Amino acid sequence: MPNSIFEDKINKDLKIEPRDEMPDGYRSHLIRQMSQHAHSEIIGMQPEGNWITRAPSLRSKMILLAKVQDEAGHGLYLYSACETLGITREQMIEELQTGKAKYSSIFNYPTLTWADIGAIGWLVDGAAIVNQVSLQKTSYGPYSRAMIKICKEESFHQRQGYEIICTLAKGTDEQKQMAQDALNRWWWPSIMMFGPHDKDSNRSEKALNWKIKRESNDSLRQSFINKTVPQAELIGLKVPDEKLKWNEKTNHYDFGDIDWEEFWNVVNGKGLCNKERIEHHKKAHNEGEWVREAAVAYSEKKLNKKVA
Amino acid sequence: MSNNLILWEVFIQSKVNLPYKHVGNVHASDSEMALQNARDLYTRRNEGTSIWVVESKNIIASNPDESEAFFDPANDKIYRHPTFYDLPDGVKHI
Amino acid sequence: MNFSTDFEKYIARLADSNMIMGQRLSELCSKGPYLEQDIAISNIALDYLGQASMLYELLKKAGGDKHSVDDYVFYRNERNYYNLLLVEQDNGHFGKTMAKIFLYSTYQKILYSYLSKSTNDDIKAIALKSIKEVNYHFKHSRAWVLRLGDGTKESKIKIQESIDELWRFTGEIFESDDVENNLISENIITASNTFYPQWSKIVKETLQEALLTEPENVVMLTGGKKGLHTEKLGFMLAEMQYLPRTYPNAKW
Repeated sequence: MPNSIFEDKINKDLKIEPRDEMPDGYRSHLIRQMSQHAHSEIIGMQPEGNWITRAPSLRSKMILLAKVQDEAGHGLYLYSACETLGITREQMIEELQTGKAKYSSIFNYPTLTWADIGAIGWLVDGAAIVNQVSLQKTSYGPYSRAMIKICKEESFHQRQGYEIICTLAKGTDEQKQMAQDALNRWWWPSIMMFGPHDKDSNRSEKALNWKIKRESNDSLRQSFINKTVPQAELIGLKVPDEKLKWNEKTNHYDFGDIDWEEFWNVVNGKGLCNKERIEHHKKAHNEGEWVREAAVAYSEKKLNKKVA
Repeated sequence: MSNNLILWEVFIQSKVNLPYKHVGNVHASDSEMALQNARDLYTRRNEGTSIWVVESKNIIASNPDESEAFFDPANDKIYRHPTFYDLPDGVKHI
Repeated sequence: MNFSTDFEKYIARLADSNMIMGQRLSELCSKGPYLEQDIAISNIALDYLGQASMLYELLKKAGGDKHSVDDYVFYRNERNYYNLLLVEQDNGHFGKTMAKIFLYSTYQKILYSYLSKSTNDDIKAIALKSIKEVNYHFKHSRAWVLRLGDGTKESKIKIQESIDELWRFTGEIFESDDVENNLISENIITASNTFYPQWSKIVKETLQEALLTEPENVVMLTGGKKGLHTEKLGFMLAEMQYLPRTYPNAKW
């Protein structure tokens, strides 16, 4: 049997575009992954937004606000790309609020100190960037283009976070402790962001074959660890993993066991902030309803006037 | 009452004289809001000098199934491209 | 931290109003009625913080570089903040936020158009940059006043209530005092009390077009320019300043 146009395009590394024919499984995998990605950007605004009003300098306040606003923009780019697959933003929001759609579990951890804002930028955005850089080559055109734009804009985010951590690590004893404490709490959740090990990830293989995903969870995780450990050492912080060790043979860091029980607990809604995050989102959405209604009513009135 | 905002496609001209490029969409209830939302979302880093918005439903796209009939005939009209022509070496301003 | 010159006192008023306006709006990040408006409000907040930052830089220069920008922001108490009462009021719902931006940006449009003719080059430069931003805030918030005024029954009530509630804080915008006098005679600034006719005209026209009623016989509240505030400001400063004050030896 001859290859379908779809398979042909995938084999030739050509992008699939919205109106191209595609298998249902491809479409639904994309919708799940892209909407999850979009929701992560949007829910991710909360733990960081938390500190905008308390940022310790005017400069850091402006940077943080601009950064969180970027997350909103990135969420929107991704919703926009996902809408090309025939799902509306309203549907996606509903799925987020009913728990049908997921978002990255990392955002169910609380931001307790200012150092956490540094840790999120450095580690969480750092991990996200490793993943997103790889996704620039994803096979779905609108997703790939959104990723390229997002990667370009996010390059400042990780630096913003690392700068905060560096300042703290060079600061007073209390600040150093704050930085180390944040690294202790955010390290493992960041490592978990890459998802289950390849051998335990049943959806991964299909996504790799379709070239939606371009690299496996484990290889992305390893490259994040490899580049992040020296960044911690450079500023005198200790990565909270006793088994962490450079391996001359593999040219990689060996690292300790991940606590998957914690991972699945947080995924399944038992994290510290799962409830708050969704409630916050619902509250804003519900409180905005009269505004959206008014805007639509106003434009309809104007339209009728024109027609009359 | 429905509170579904309308979907608009956004095109940005990044510099004067350059063509407009599709960048994505926004939700808005009217054209003025669509323009403002597009400005706030897609030009946060000075990316634009001018914006077009058009309701998504007004975009008519070619059908990929017909892409051969649509686009292949242009393949062999190489005389439309300037590199098709043989010119003597050293000729200028042409 | 006391300001010794009228110039510093005047600049502090402008800077503080923008700072508190920006701080208030930044509370709304992730709480917008939909994503596009969330982004728009953050943009406006960033503009205000940017304007505050330029004005504090000017204050720093005028004060002989004795204090940093962050000293001004984080180490002054309620009685030494000179922002307008209008800007420290709660965000409330989206309509109230838009009403506040509308009333404030209408004033700022007029303010900066005069300051852009200042004999002081620093003020002139700040005004020229800021006026572009403010024109957009005005356009954006005015469009929302119209939409909400002529939208649904509910939105009309909400935006009218917001205008009514905020109106009593608009009077002090147009108060001139001794601090302004010398600066006016040197053509550095224009008297605040000359802004009113223009402001009133724009606001009146917009309210009419939005099918809203202009509040009448309102007793105006005042005090911000002299550091006499409503109770709201103290809580804002407590939240905003806590970190640098908890660790006074730390650099951020």
